[in-house]
Amino acid sequence: MSQEKHIHWLYREENRRKLWYIQIAILALAILPEFFIHHHAYFADQGIQLDSRAGFYAWYGFTTCAVMVIVAKLLGFILKRNDDYYDE
Amino acid sequence: MIITMSSLIIPPGFILILGGLLLPLLSTRLKPAAALLFPLLTLMMVWLITPDHSLSVNFLDYELALLHYTPEGRIFATVFCLAAGIGALFAFKHASTLELSAAFVYAGSAVGVTFSGDLLSLFIFWEIMAIGSTLVIWANSRANPLALGASMRYLLVHLLGGVILMIGITAHIGATGSTDIVAMKADSLGTWLILIGFLVNAGAPPLSSWIADAYPEASPSGTVFLSAFTTKTAVFALLMCFPGETVLIYVGLYMVFYGIIYALLENDMRRILAYSIVNQVGFMLVAIGIGTELALNGAAAHAFAHIIYKGLLLMSAGSVLLMTGKRKCTDLGGLFQSMPNTAINGIIGALAISAVPLTSGFVTKSLETSAAADAGLSVVWFLLVAASAGVFLHAGIKFPWFVFFQKDSGLRPPDPPWNMRLAMNIMSGLCIVIGVVPALIYGILPYALDYEPYTLDHVVTQLQLLLFAGFAFFVLLSLMKRTLTISLDFDWFYRKLIPGLLAKIQIAYAAIMPPLTRFAKQFGKRRFDHLFEVHGPQGIFARTWPSASMVLWVAVLLAASMILYYLKL
Repeated sequence: MSQEKHIHWLYREENRRKLWYIQIAILALAILPEFFIHHHAYFADQGIQLDSRAGFYAWYGFTTCAVMVIVAKLLGFILKRNDDYYDE
Repeated sequence: MIITMSSLIIPPGFILILGGLLLPLLSTRLKPAAALLFPLLTLMMVWLITPDHSLSVNFLDYELALLHYTPEGRIFATVFCLAAGIGALFAFKHASTLELSAAFVYAGSAVGVTFSGDLLSLFIFWEIMAIGSTLVIWANSRANPLALGASMRYLLVHLLGGVILMIGITAHIGATGSTDIVAMKADSLGTWLILIGFLVNAGAPPLSSWIADAYPEASPSGTVFLSAFTTKTAVFALLMCFPGETVLIYVGLYMVFYGIIYALLENDMRRILAYSIVNQVGFMLVAIGIGTELALNGAAAHAFAHIIYKGLLLMSAGSVLLMTGKRKCTDLGGLFQSMPNTAINGIIGALAISAVPLTSGFVTKSLETSAAADAGLSVVWFLLVAASAGVFLHAGIKFPWFVFFQKDSGLRPPDPPWNMRLAMNIMSGLCIVIGVVPALIYGILPYALDYEPYTLDHVVTQLQLLLFAGFAFFVLLSLMKRTLTISLDFDWFYRKLIPGLLAKIQIAYAAIMPPLTRFAKQFGKRRFDHLFEVHGPQGIFARTWPSASMVLWVAVLLAASMILYYLKL
């Protein structure tokens, strides 16, 4: 048996691109309903319409997560220590 | 001592506490059966109790109400029994008798808190919990040398919290004469200290680090028990005593983002999940701070769901630890190939914590965000929605990705023994059943609830939020490369700075150290003798106010033992 057989298809180099395509297809599918439904504006009386705009949840989810990852990365430069830091 | 009680009803927590104490005396064959029976009996007792039942014990000048029904208490007690029972199923083959026994005493006293009718009973159970949970961590010190130190740091934090709570209760009684558990506002010294005492156990800043410091040092099953009780009894206590206290919104929001950021930085799989506890409890505190009926229902429902899916996640991580002996993401990966059952259960737990539709998280956490919207708290709402996306990021994807997928570590351990798989499958089942039939949990909430989680708008927006959060994870994966590191937290002050300074002083001033310590000891003794003179059994205060002095004594002893331990005198 060749070495290839032992590698699960998730780990094969040629499938990496396919996995990205699948993910993007799922994202496109999730966006599709935006053309048909209108979201509720929870704070219309405060003049906030942002949450009812098409695609709000998609870009908000992406952006806030990207910000959190970057903030964590930056804080990591200050806060990270070797994991035996506290061992005497 | 006067006991009033009716029929065969006893405080449910007592069954678990006595069961825990009985466990070491049982034969090896009886033990597993007993470990499942005690939580089940406790659960039955929880549901037999009605508002008419009561049991009070006279203690000094006060009446301790040990059996006091509230709908909030019942929902927390129910999930505590489930966590103890399913946790015992997960634990019984590998856990030491000490761990299991301590876990039952711990769980039983958590149930005790939920049925406490006054602040003094609550405090007593609160302190038994601290001892039980410390022993759960300590029980692992033979297998993990780090557990001993972690258990002692854990105990110190909880004794400190206990002392603050005790002083708060004393001051509150002094000011109002009441020991009742009622909705309060933090507007006096007593109520502020009570609030702070509760918050220490909830994992609030600045002491949040105790959760991630202590829990991951326990055994695979020990961490499962620990995740269920301490922080959630604190949520219960805050729910009962401080609904609508605005401070909790700010504290909760801080915890929500603290949990996400630290979990993103973390490499130890169970520490990721420990930070995630702080994040989840943060959501609950925000809801309690909002304080509307919808919000309080949300906090209770979320606590219920959280205990189950967090237990499930930690069972999954515990199984990996047990089968591989490894706990760091840098050493793990690719385990889905040989541990499919553990991976699937871990993923279900991850989906539930992320509030994916058809899971328990979706039908419970959405009550809290909706409550923020209904209350017109726009900033809070936007932050909670961002945090919901962040939950998917740090727990929903990060945990299963780095443990079961990412690079192939080459490890091929089998799934854990049948009892562990069964426990995980039951937990997964509960996550899904609650998600599909939310009426199960909506029906036992403290307030009537008219809420439909499955609207097209809600399902679509939630899926969009999470899927794009997931997309951000994979796009930015290179920024999240695991490193062999820990992250500094507030505990740096008492683990590094102060001991370091003390050591420096000791070396630099070796000559004056002995007289200095002698002076400190003598000073302490003089203060102590003075207290004894004034407040002791023959003291001026004791003669007129025996109960008040008793209360003070408890506080003094706790404080003294803490300081003595810390200075290792």
